[in-house]
Amino acid sequence: MIALLAVFAAGAILLHPLATRLGRKVFFIGALVPLAAFIYTLAQGPRILSGEIVTETYSWVSELGLSLSMHLDVLSWVMSLIVTGVGTLVLLYCTRYFHSDEEDLGRFAATLLAFAGAMYGLVLADDVYLLFVFWEATSVLSYLLIGHYTEKKASRGAALQALLVTTLGGLVMLVGLVLLAVSTGTSSLTGIIAKAPEGTLVTVAVLLILVGALSKSAIFPFHFWLPAAMAAPTPVSAYLHAAAMVKAGIYLIARMAPGFADTPGWREVLVILGVFTMLLGGWTALKQTDLKLVLAHGTVSQLGFLTVIVGFGTPVTAVAGLALILAHALFKSTLFLVIGIVDHRAGTRDLRRLSGLGREAPVLATIAAVALLSMAGLPPLLGFVAKEAVFTTLLENATAGSTIGWVAVIGVALGSVLTVAYSARFFWGAFFRKAGVEQVREVRENIDFLFAPALLALSGLVLGIVPGIVDVSAAEYAALFPDGAEVDYHLALWHGLEPALAISAGTLIFGLGLFFLRGRLSAAQDILGRFSATGAYGAVMGTIDRTAARTTSLTQRGSLPFYLGVILSVLIAAVGLATAFNRTWPSDIRLWDFPAQAAIGILMIVASIAATRASKRFQAVVLVGVTGLGMSALFALHGAPDLALTQILVETMTLVAFVLVLRRLPARLGVQNGSDHRLLRAVIGIAAGVLMAVVAVVALGARTATRISLEWPQLAYEQGHGSNTVNVALVDLRGWDTMGELSVVIAAATGVASLIFLRSRTDTTDRPLRATTRTRIRASLANDSSGNSGRGAWLLAGRTLATRNRSILLEVVVRLIFHSLIVLSIYLLFAGHNAPGGGFAGGLVAGLAFAARYLAGGRHELAAAAPLDAGKLLGTGLTLAVGTAFVPLLFGVDALTSTWIEGEVWLFGHLEFVTSTIFDVGVYFVVIGLALDVLRSLGSEVDRQQEVDSEQAESDTDSSDSTETESSESNPASAATREVTS
Amino acid sequence: MTVSLVLLIVMAVMYASGVFLLLERSMTRVLLGFLLIGNATNLLILIMGGEAGFAPIVGGDVSSEEMSDPLPQALILTAIVITFAVSAFLMALIYRSWRIAKDDNVSDDADDVAMRDFASGVESENTASASADTEFGIRAEAAVSQARDLEREDERAAAEAADSAVAASDDTNADNHTGEEKR
Repeated sequence: MIALLAVFAAGAILLHPLATRLGRKVFFIGALVPLAAFIYTLAQGPRILSGEIVTETYSWVSELGLSLSMHLDVLSWVMSLIVTGVGTLVLLYCTRYFHSDEEDLGRFAATLLAFAGAMYGLVLADDVYLLFVFWEATSVLSYLLIGHYTEKKASRGAALQALLVTTLGGLVMLVGLVLLAVSTGTSSLTGIIAKAPEGTLVTVAVLLILVGALSKSAIFPFHFWLPAAMAAPTPVSAYLHAAAMVKAGIYLIARMAPGFADTPGWREVLVILGVFTMLLGGWTALKQTDLKLVLAHGTVSQLGFLTVIVGFGTPVTAVAGLALILAHALFKSTLFLVIGIVDHRAGTRDLRRLSGLGREAPVLATIAAVALLSMAGLPPLLGFVAKEAVFTTLLENATAGSTIGWVAVIGVALGSVLTVAYSARFFWGAFFRKAGVEQVREVRENIDFLFAPALLALSGLVLGIVPGIVDVSAAEYAALFPDGAEVDYHLALWHGLEPALAISAGTLIFGLGLFFLRGRLSAAQDILGRFSATGAYGAVMGTIDRTAARTTSLTQRGSLPFYLGVILSVLIAAVGLATAFNRTWPSDIRLWDFPAQAAIGILMIVASIAATRASKRFQAVVLVGVTGLGMSALFALHGAPDLALTQILVETMTLVAFVLVLRRLPARLGVQNGSDHRLLRAVIGIAAGVLMAVVAVVALGARTATRISLEWPQLAYEQGHGSNTVNVALVDLRGWDTMGELSVVIAAATGVASLIFLRSRTDTTDRPLRATTRTRIRASLANDSSGNSGRGAWLLAGRTLATRNRSILLEVVVRLIFHSLIVLSIYLLFAGHNAPGGGFAGGLVAGLAFAARYLAGGRHELAAAAPLDAGKLLGTGLTLAVGTAFVPLLFGVDALTSTWIEGEVWLFGHLEFVTSTIFDVGVYFVVIGLALDVLRSLGSEVDRQQEVDSEQAESDTDSSDSTETESSESNPASAATREVTS
Repeated sequence: MTVSLVLLIVMAVMYASGVFLLLERSMTRVLLGFLLIGNATNLLILIMGGEAGFAPIVGGDVSSEEMSDPLPQALILTAIVITFAVSAFLMALIYRSWRIAKDDNVSDDADDVAMRDFASGVESENTASASADTEFGIRAEAAVSQARDLEREDERAAAEAADSAVAASDDTNADNHTGEEKR
């Protein structure tokens, strides 16, 4: 059985690629799989019917007690035969049903076969969780099948509706299954039923499971999804909505009935809902004009019928229940296949447009008649045998004094009247000649198309005449009930003159009467409008959609200031509330550490307030820069020389970067939206500032222990071999922090480069190599030796700039200090271990050296000065840092552990080298890489884009903006000067 | 522990100015606010480190109690460089925004604004049009003369859907305009 499931899965995967080659013939191959399962199941027949149970177990997730446990008893056996038998025939039928140019045939075939497999697994599963998995699998696959015509809105809506209703029921059912599994201590379905516990919890669990079953089987109030699901291709309806999926709920009820039929509420719920659904479905079926909808509502009605008899749950009704399950599967799938043929042939299913089909297609009409007679309950068909059994067994219960028995018997009888009426309406609508309607045209009937419905109809006939095998199965099923062994009712065509026969005759007479009185009137009212349940579904879905939209529009305002404002307000409110309850205020507050702090502080305060009011970009940038420089001074006073050094370098670098960007932006700031909610923003800002001050005070006041870094200087000196504690902390003691920081820096640098270059990390087109630049410039110098050769030799690419943009003073200064700066940066890098400096400061100094070259000589100068690719520098830096972290692991010590080498070196004397210096070199490279990326992107590439833009502007219009075109090759520094002076 | 009042006030003012700028729509001001908040936070960490002291460099007779706390210094050093890297990224964003749209303002997300105005205009897929009574129509073997031409119906439905979508987006645009005028 498990092997067959695997074959189903493999088949479903294979069908899809095969379909492109084979077209609709792929269904022949697909049909082989359920056929194999059918033959296997049939071969188990003798064992099953003699009361044996075939089981297979394969441990799946043993930690959760999940296993693939299969359990083939007589109920599963009958269901498997239906699922695989009808499945085989429907797949065969598909080979004729679809046009060979049908779209997505492969997907359809694969899904249908997968569905057959899931259904096969569902009726065999013994583990409740496995059952649930298959249950949900059928829901999802049915979604795909109902929505096969993806371009049709009705099709998608119906698929979603079916999915939502059945999965909602499935989830409720899961709760029930978990409750039962926990309260019985086993997840085996047979084990749970054998224990059949009682109590309030069990009652609740069982009722929850019934919700799942009823939703799957389209019982009121979940019935509305089934008629809508008729948007599916007709073979799907024949399989899912007649034989397989809708039977899953009935199967679960039948499976649980032996253990739980006497649970309080079980019988009442199922009988009352079943009867109501049967009457509602039958009555609605009488009003339909689309023959497929007649069948669909008829199916809802019949499912109600099945729920009544299967859910009644006494051993004797179980006999009737099993017979009816089989009978219904046979005649209803036949009828769906028949209507598919009608549609295929006539191009409509509307009974108002069909006339004379019976004469043109006698074989089809005969097949339909046999199935309809079975549905209406006429001898000698299986439907009659089953319905007789239903009436007899229900009457038996009713006369024994059961009120619910009377409800069931009367309801079922009334429902059968309706069944007869809509059966007649179906036959009349499909096959009769009607006055004033055009006759259908002549087409030869094909046996390959008729084969599947004919075989199904014939089975109903044969099993009706010879019900022996059904009787044995039904008796075996009844024996599953506690006292089911002594059931003496037997299925037979002729029981003699008994009350059931009278009821059958009555339903026939009244049903035909109803058909003549009511059923021939084609009621073309708005059918769906009458369905309150559909309306309720629509209302619920609409409400959910609207609520979601409203919630989204409330929270998702699309405005960044709004989001930030909300976040900050929450911060202020929450943290402010917490600080209000604070009891640990600091003992005393000193005014300052040094009086100089006050002077610097006042300057910073003025600068930052002025920055908020600045109306020009450059002004604001400089003012913010003042606060940065103030920070640097504060660091220096505080005893943090490393910070002071780094801050001042970063501040300079930031200023350079700002200048590079701002030269392309207008000088004035915040013309638009500048004065939006000024007061509110000021309030939030001041509140945040005050809050942070309070937080600082509270945090300091709460501090009682001495700081943890007291041992650091000693640790750094003895283990890190460096006197500069901060630097050793960065590259050794807290190296992992720095590693994370390097990653952030690399990500940001790459981000900058990709935002400007867009396509690649480097500008491959316009990046001369050092050698070529040199050669080119030398060559140009040689050519130009007659003229002003005295100028321009200070920088390599100085002559590439327009003369008026050159500053000879700047070129000279840069020429003189560049190499000194590089040497200084290397000194800072290596001295950093023992004195202020380190990789960060060194890297920034080197970056500034490059910035100076760029500012003085333009982008060609930068390319010549830094022939290295920034990306490779970043990569090398990170590799060095990671290597320092990783290599110690190879020596069996912790990552980032440092060691040192010392010795006498000629000329230099005693030297010692600490391995963490390599880490610092990595930092150095990464920082240079960042600086180069900023310069290359915001500098060189922006220059190039500006040139392209201005060339375009020139070629577009002669009278282009003078400021745009004047600087064909402008010196960034002079551009910046213009910015400042403007 | 005691608090240096001057540092506290400087920090508070920088936070207040930074948040004020951060709530702006001009991206340049947002970036400046970000820098101010970065500086303020570095100052906060510095204040947390306690009183000033000698530089934490071993040598001479300075004991570790007399040194300023090296731990917050290591944290601040990391923060300074990261602030620079991130602000460089923001500058690239500003440049990009300017180059594409000639605008360095953070504008409202158009889809969200449309959502805000059409909160009730959401349509769910319904099953109402179940009037299709055939899968084949005129493609059937011997179609009746009244059979429907499904393909043409599909095309017409698609065209109608496209029309209504255009109409809806027209409405949205119109509404955006009025929204901007209001602003």
